[in-house]
Amino acid sequence: MSSTVLSPPRHYLNDGYGVKSWLLTRDHKRIALLYLAGVTFFFFVGGAMAVLIRLELATPPGDLVSDETYNKLFTMHGVMMVFFFLIPAIPAVIGNFLVPIMIGAKDLALPKINLLSWYIYMVGGLFTLYALIAGGVDTGWTFYAPFSTASSTTNVIPTALGIFITGFSSILTGLNFIVTIHRMRAPGMTWFRMPLFLWSIYATSLINVLGTPVIAITILLVAAERLFHFGFFNPALGGDPVLFQHLFWFYSHPAVYIMVLPAMGVISELVAAGCRKPVFGYTFVAFASLAIAVVGFLVWGHHMFVAGESVYAALIFSILSFIVAVPSAVKVFNWTATMYQGAVSWETPMLYAYGFIGLFTIGGLTGLFLAAIGIDVHVTDTYFVIAHFHYIMVGGTIMGYLGGLHFWWPKMTGRLYNEGLAKVSAVIIFVGFNLTFFPQFSLGYLGMPRRYHAYPPEFQVLNVLSSAGASILGIGYLIPMIYLMWSLRYGRLAGSNPWGAVGLEWTTTSPPPTENFETTPVVTWEAYDYGSTVEGHVA
Amino acid sequence: MWTGIPLFPETASTMASRVDALYLFLLGVAGFFSLLIAGLIVFYAVRYRRQSPRSVGATIHGSVTLELTWTIIPFLITMVIFIWGASVFFAMARPPDDTLDIYVVGKQWMWKFQHLDGQREINELHVPLGRPTKLIMTSEDVIHDVFVPAFRVKADVLPGRYTNIWFQPTKAGRYHLFCAEYCGTRHSGMIGEVVVMEPTEYQAWLSGGPEGSLAENGAKLFESLACNTCHRPDAQGRGPTLDGLFGKMVKLQSGETITADEAYVRESILNPSAKITAGYQPIMPTFQGLVTEEQLLELIEYVKSLQAPPVAAR
Amino acid sequence: MPDAAPHALPDAAHHSLSQPTQAEVALAHQFDSLEQQRDATTLGMWVFLVTEVLFFGGLFTVYSVYRSSYPEAFAAASHELDILLGTINTVVLITSSLTMALAVHAAKVGQRKALIAFLVVTMLLGSAFLGIKSVEYYHKFVEHHVPGPGFQFEQEYFRHAQLFFSLYFMMTGLHALHMVIGVGIMLWMVAWAWRGTITAEYYSPIEISGLYWHFVDIVWIFLFPLLYLLGRHAH
Repeated sequence: MSSTVLSPPRHYLNDGYGVKSWLLTRDHKRIALLYLAGVTFFFFVGGAMAVLIRLELATPPGDLVSDETYNKLFTMHGVMMVFFFLIPAIPAVIGNFLVPIMIGAKDLALPKINLLSWYIYMVGGLFTLYALIAGGVDTGWTFYAPFSTASSTTNVIPTALGIFITGFSSILTGLNFIVTIHRMRAPGMTWFRMPLFLWSIYATSLINVLGTPVIAITILLVAAERLFHFGFFNPALGGDPVLFQHLFWFYSHPAVYIMVLPAMGVISELVAAGCRKPVFGYTFVAFASLAIAVVGFLVWGHHMFVAGESVYAALIFSILSFIVAVPSAVKVFNWTATMYQGAVSWETPMLYAYGFIGLFTIGGLTGLFLAAIGIDVHVTDTYFVIAHFHYIMVGGTIMGYLGGLHFWWPKMTGRLYNEGLAKVSAVIIFVGFNLTFFPQFSLGYLGMPRRYHAYPPEFQVLNVLSSAGASILGIGYLIPMIYLMWSLRYGRLAGSNPWGAVGLEWTTTSPPPTENFETTPVVTWEAYDYGSTVEGHVA
Repeated sequence: MWTGIPLFPETASTMASRVDALYLFLLGVAGFFSLLIAGLIVFYAVRYRRQSPRSVGATIHGSVTLELTWTIIPFLITMVIFIWGASVFFAMARPPDDTLDIYVVGKQWMWKFQHLDGQREINELHVPLGRPTKLIMTSEDVIHDVFVPAFRVKADVLPGRYTNIWFQPTKAGRYHLFCAEYCGTRHSGMIGEVVVMEPTEYQAWLSGGPEGSLAENGAKLFESLACNTCHRPDAQGRGPTLDGLFGKMVKLQSGETITADEAYVRESILNPSAKITAGYQPIMPTFQGLVTEEQLLELIEYVKSLQAPPVAAR
Repeated sequence: MPDAAPHALPDAAHHSLSQPTQAEVALAHQFDSLEQQRDATTLGMWVFLVTEVLFFGGLFTVYSVYRSSYPEAFAAASHELDILLGTINTVVLITSSLTMALAVHAAKVGQRKALIAFLVVTMLLGSAFLGIKSVEYYHKFVEHHVPGPGFQFEQEYFRHAQLFFSLYFMMTGLHALHMVIGVGIMLWMVAWAWRGTITAEYYSPIEISGLYWHFVDIVWIFLFPLLYLLGRHAH
């Protein structure tokens, strides 16, 4: 497709060299790469924990590590993955890079706040790393009271502080995106001409801004109780431990939508570009994102069906949990329908998109099991739940993240990666993932509880399958690290539009100049307007 | 390979088959939609595979009819699941009236079971086959959870409160009991067994128990803690009489009326000023720290055992 | 919900050979006009204040739950707070919001001296608030109402009064922290006003700081009745 591709002479990567030009940058694209480094690091720390967990669980007795160590492993795995990888990854890496470009702006509305939010993220991460090195924390990432406030003897407060601090990073990023999307769109870029990725980011930012403060105050209450023995959650002092759960889940349920909505946004882009046609039902998909964000705030009690909430509260949360599934289903149907009469690509980003749609469907359907209280009573706090959320977080979010990374890698770096290796990795990841987590549904229904270091022997076969899958999955994640890094130096140069896709980001050079565009684009076309030629529209 | 991999736990209670039925229905729905989507994706990916580097797809924007269809039908399916799940849940949440009650105290990292007639068990719970049984549970420290997969029941066990589950065993045998709420270092060691016995065997086992039922021990405590100086059967004491109180409605000083259940009795012992009976002074001292969880259970059982006084002139 | 059509094509920047105007200096590179910059930064502050509502809201929820569970203990504990000092503080804070609004107005019409004066008065009132709060905290310490091993209260309400005071210190403490930050922001604005950075064309930093200050005031308007005025009506 390309003749001789030349690298643009001036772009954001060579616009200033040296550590200071990176650590004091205001350029959203450089900040995105700073985040990329951060989230990748924390992903592998959390991943290392997972490796140890699955190694331990290959045999019934707790013979690899002590039970204290095991409890610290799954806690840190959860904390690292949730707060330092899944929540920031797509918004802060892909979102930061693309949001200004996709709306035709020179940068986000508040670039200095953007840089500040990266520093806050790193400081929070350092606090949490300190807690890890100083002996770890064993409360579970959900740090329920009164165990976390009155019983655990591990580094609860440094970890809590780390999460508290990083929360501000999410809040500021969300705030920045909201302001940018409202106020910085290029001439002609109306709301309904925006790529669907921006709708997802907008919905995610709403949740970030409304939900994160509640976990912040919850953490402060836990820290205060631990330090000063206040008694908010301690029955002996008049407090209520179930109140903690309400506060915690009021944020942490919407948090899972923070984790999956951006991935859904990526998938919309991948499917449109991979089929070279508009996403089917654009308006419905856009509003579905908002619906998920709003209704997602109303379902937190489905984590507490057996925790002591009233029968009536349980019923309300159950019905709302079913309702929140519907917009997600609508999106899945729309993406599938987009493929009909498309010019369907089998390139790597598209493979990740297929994987996402299939695995997210399974994960979402198993959510229906959990929303049905009669079933939830049996499977909550078992491996069924673990399987469910890993299908969404790993089968969903991480595949969306990798797909997006591969799709926009040429734009971000100006280089193409090795397509053969990339395809093979995608398949390895897909196979490894399913082998790891599908057996866990059965394990959960059989009754194996979560957070168990040792288990009765009849659970072993399924555990061994799962651990075998995990080893494959781990390899699958390592390979992209290698070929992506390799491409930075030796990859073929990418042109401005290696995929033949439509979107403002493909009208500028790869890598883009610091101001993103030579001249401010004026948008007169609808999103995903492939027309009858592949060139699409160029400003 | 398949014979070696268990997929379903034992079905050992009346609820189990109800839960399994809903589960199978959900498996069907999930399987159907997963295969549908996966199948369509594979089919479209093959059928419409990009033929040349420059080809584009057909410009199709959408269809309101399709959107409505695939919004309304999934919504209706979810409502069916909701109603079914709710109905199973109602059955779980409403124990029958004549249950055999057993008290459970969870603490890091063990289970203590107290039968009403005084039998005490640690980590092992004997119950009779076919009898609806209710576990009334509390924790001495952090949140735990009683989970018996074979019965398909689970509930958190909270400090400072009573929670309960009920089940009716349908098959004799030994079944796992797990703690299913992470509670610290030996969480995965906080496991036990439920032993379901034929009724005659259960009776035999029961009668081998120690002296003193819960209620009898409670009576002794009632005296040794001097409760009887204010709470007298002749209603002349400074505190309300407790005879026949349990299970009745009580009018409080605040004007509210509440039921005298286990939680009320427990609270009145530990935090007497919380609910003052109408017409009485708030002078009862608190026994917080002076009674253990087990002693509280004994006192509760004693109060339960007190009959209403014969109707007589005051 | 969707905005009207966004901004018109940007004016070609006029590359004059003379010194840039104050407005041009103030315009950040990612914006096309000062108006867009002002709109964006103001929206940013409003969004931030929404996060603060949720933050304090969580704490208020905890308070409300326990207040409805233990009304008498909370009323008894609330009675021990100094309502005179609390009322004075309320007046001080409301007045400071007035002076803040006057500062914004002065900035709008380009009155530099008045702007600085009103900012300074706002800071002084804010500091007075913090000073009175410290006095109240000191009283609580002396009366053994600080939760912890030294806590003393009548036996009947002991546990739940301690809960009340835990909430009191957390709520007023967080509020005071926000006040301290607010006074810091005022200082920063005084510096900018002094240096002439704030003009009649570019005064949005003052406006935005004002929004923050008013918000902190509003939080107190909620805190005061919830904490100080429980059960003050005759029993």
